[in-house]
Amino acid sequence: MTSLERPLPLPTEPLLSLDGISLSFGGVKAIVDISVDVHHGEICALIGPNGAGKSSLLNVINGVYRPQQGTVTFDGTGSRRMSSHDAARRGIARTFQNIALFRRMSVLDNVLTGRNLRRGSTWLEQTFRVGRASRDEAIQRRQAEVVIEALDLQRVRHSIVGTLSYGVQKRVELARALAAEPRLLLLDEPMAGMNADEKRAMAGFIVDANEQFGVTVVLIEHDIGVVMDLSDHIVVLDYGKKIADGIPAEVRVDPAVLAAYLGTRH
Amino acid sequence: MSNIVIRRAGLSASRPAVPGLVLVAGLAVLAAVPGVASEYWLSAVLTPFLILSLAGLGLNLLTGYAGQLSLGTAAFMAVGAYATYNFAVRVPGLSLLADLVLGGLTTAAIGTLFGLPSLRIKGFYLIAATLAAQFFIEWLLTKVNWFSNDDTSGVLSAPRLSIFGWSIATPVSRYQFVLGVVAVLFAVAASLVRSELGRRWMAVRDMDTAAAVIGIPIGRTKLLAFAVSSFVIGIAGALWAFAYLGTVEPHGFDLNLSFQVLFIIIIGGMGSISGNFYGAAFIVLLPIALSHAAGALAAIGVDVGQLQNLQKILFGVLIIVFLIKEPDGLARLVQIARQRLRNWPLRA
Amino acid sequence: MSFFLEVLVGGLLAGVMYSLVAIGFVLIYKASGVFNFAQGSLVLFGALTFVSLIERHLAAWLAFAATLAVLVLIAIAIERAVLRPLVNRTPIVLFMATLGLSFILEGAAQLLWGAQVHGLDLGIDDKPLQLGGVMISQFDMFAAATAGVLVIALSLMTNRTRLGLSLRAVADDPLAALAVGIRLPRIWAIVWSLAGFVSLVAGLLWGARLGVQFSLSLVVLKALPVLIIGGFSSIGGAIAGGLLVGASEKLAEVYAGALVGGGIENWFPYVLAVLFLLVRPAGLFGEPAVERV
Repeated sequence: MTSLERPLPLPTEPLLSLDGISLSFGGVKAIVDISVDVHHGEICALIGPNGAGKSSLLNVINGVYRPQQGTVTFDGTGSRRMSSHDAARRGIARTFQNIALFRRMSVLDNVLTGRNLRRGSTWLEQTFRVGRASRDEAIQRRQAEVVIEALDLQRVRHSIVGTLSYGVQKRVELARALAAEPRLLLLDEPMAGMNADEKRAMAGFIVDANEQFGVTVVLIEHDIGVVMDLSDHIVVLDYGKKIADGIPAEVRVDPAVLAAYLGTRH
Repeated sequence: MSNIVIRRAGLSASRPAVPGLVLVAGLAVLAAVPGVASEYWLSAVLTPFLILSLAGLGLNLLTGYAGQLSLGTAAFMAVGAYATYNFAVRVPGLSLLADLVLGGLTTAAIGTLFGLPSLRIKGFYLIAATLAAQFFIEWLLTKVNWFSNDDTSGVLSAPRLSIFGWSIATPVSRYQFVLGVVAVLFAVAASLVRSELGRRWMAVRDMDTAAAVIGIPIGRTKLLAFAVSSFVIGIAGALWAFAYLGTVEPHGFDLNLSFQVLFIIIIGGMGSISGNFYGAAFIVLLPIALSHAAGALAAIGVDVGQLQNLQKILFGVLIIVFLIKEPDGLARLVQIARQRLRNWPLRA
Repeated sequence: MSFFLEVLVGGLLAGVMYSLVAIGFVLIYKASGVFNFAQGSLVLFGALTFVSLIERHLAAWLAFAATLAVLVLIAIAIERAVLRPLVNRTPIVLFMATLGLSFILEGAAQLLWGAQVHGLDLGIDDKPLQLGGVMISQFDMFAAATAGVLVIALSLMTNRTRLGLSLRAVADDPLAALAVGIRLPRIWAIVWSLAGFVSLVAGLLWGARLGVQFSLSLVVLKALPVLIIGGFSSIGGAIAGGLLVGASEKLAEVYAGALVGGGIENWFPYVLAVLFLLVRPAGLFGEPAVERV
């Protein structure tokens, strides 16, 4: 039983709570008064037409953008904005739409960078191989291997990331995020550009992360079929506003959602 | 980047980037050299080769691993030389090694100071800060007499070197001393880049916004790069002045020297440890090769007095060729050759 | 007070010369996104070639035309042999390539024309003029006028002609420009030739002032602070930056230099640039880089 397996009963308080978030860039309103609760252990999907503000919302959650109004409450502590460093420290990890991997490093090294906040020794100790360094190094590598195996990346563990295919790179990014043992995982279009097989595999990995590693997931995704299958909770955005929020069965038949997607422009 | 060969990153393998055997063999060869080499080779070729490799190592840590471009290498070498000189001359009780380390630490402090702008300024613009360092330090060391111990000639002679009674006065002993220092620093650096700090440097180099998001403290990581790099460069500068030139003067540490060290890491391989040796060997041996070829060149009508210019052109061409064809430098070419050699018996 | 004005005006006029050099950089940066370190060597090469042709008794206009032709050829060769293979690489790599280029050009220049200092006489009397109680060098005024004409011509060209439209398109988005049928290599060759022309003019002016010699490339290096302060992508910025650097450098040298024994000019512009960057990382007129994650 590794430390990455799911712990005990879930609390009833939401893990993540967005209250009245509003964000604008210059005159453009990207997000208008959005409030969402994400509960422990759920998979929550953010969907909506392009430009609806989904990526911006993710960026607000992990501190990349600072909203003009509203608070982000994570794990009981609220603030207008956490710095991205704080977000990482408190257990929020994420992937990006355009793949933010370290292209000149290997897969294993990329995954190991995900563990940088879990280090038990300093660089000086590691350089001179003293103190806790060797034991710590062994622990880090073991945890990295757990994630690499979970995501079926053993065969490419030493390959330079820049040489890998798009689909594999997306998996490496997920691995790096998971290696940090996060409480909350933010995924920005994890299946973009993948074929049906790859999507199925990726969906499987996300479910594994959620069930085996106990990670709460918020993901942005365009493939409605995948979203309906995968998520416990769906939030629909359009023009920066929330137009629906509920379980898949409800959202699927919501008239406002249908109107937004089928293009009755307002 | 369409290399089908799966490249070993070296960093993640639990064995060292340069197999231990090759390293030990290399050191043994270098140690045995005084037995066979002439004094000329020792003092005019091998000693500067070792020192330039060290300077290249310092710059490589900052630019090759951490991605912070610097054109101020020569200025930091000067700081190391002057700091060590002042410690040696003003604090008589200290051993030479202590003077060197203190000189290195002083350079680390100055380097960190000039590295502060990197917290705000990214990428290419950073060369303004290191150019400022280069020109300002050159000027300061010339103008302020305190650094030169109030010697008005402008050219200081390096003090006599000795450690624990071993007088380092001959080309052989100077070579051995330099070899010792270089070997130790290279070993430490090779270990350092495989530590978490090395990984953080490479993360900052490849995409610092992503690095920040996964929790890497960008500011501290960059400043440490400047500090460690300057420490190594400072010691290289002190060795350059004391064990090679024999004099300490600011104009020997000008922008051209900064360019030379930058070329060493481009040709040798950025983000590599062994590459610094290859790059330095190149820079040191090419002029010699050219002057030996002077006879042949004269035969085809090239004026021997133009060797300097030919050399310049050749360097420029090589930089461009390497950048286009093999951006990871000679180190990568050596790696490919070794892999081919390994696979060779298996190719039917 | 008039002494201060004299220093100021002298500095401003020197600044105009810096701007000329900087404009060459801006042209290339706008078209190919490269900070062309080799600009300095191009200036040196141009000036040296011109001067050597004159010394071999070629008529001035012929020497100018021949030098320009050579510079254009060099520009095309650079585009083909260096820029095109490196088209997708990071700015730092491109910068280092131009560093290599500068070495080639400098070596070649001295190989061909020798390393001595050459005097360059453009036929302008350097008798100082008296303008409102302030002494101004006639030569500096001529340089300022030349720069003004060049800037106006360049602005007219980029804003009023189809060629200029293509240039601006390429600067904005090379891929989109390709998609609408603009031939990139041709545009790049034109831009580099323009830059060569501007460099030649700058080289001749600086050469007349300082003598045509190797240290010309160090002077050109000062264009970097000019560009940093003025932003890399606007000609107006190059002018503003040049004036600022020229004036402040002179004032610092004269007033503060007296206290510390001179030589401040060597590093002052760079320190100034760093201070600017700390406050405005994109320069006075530059466009801040937007990084999408």
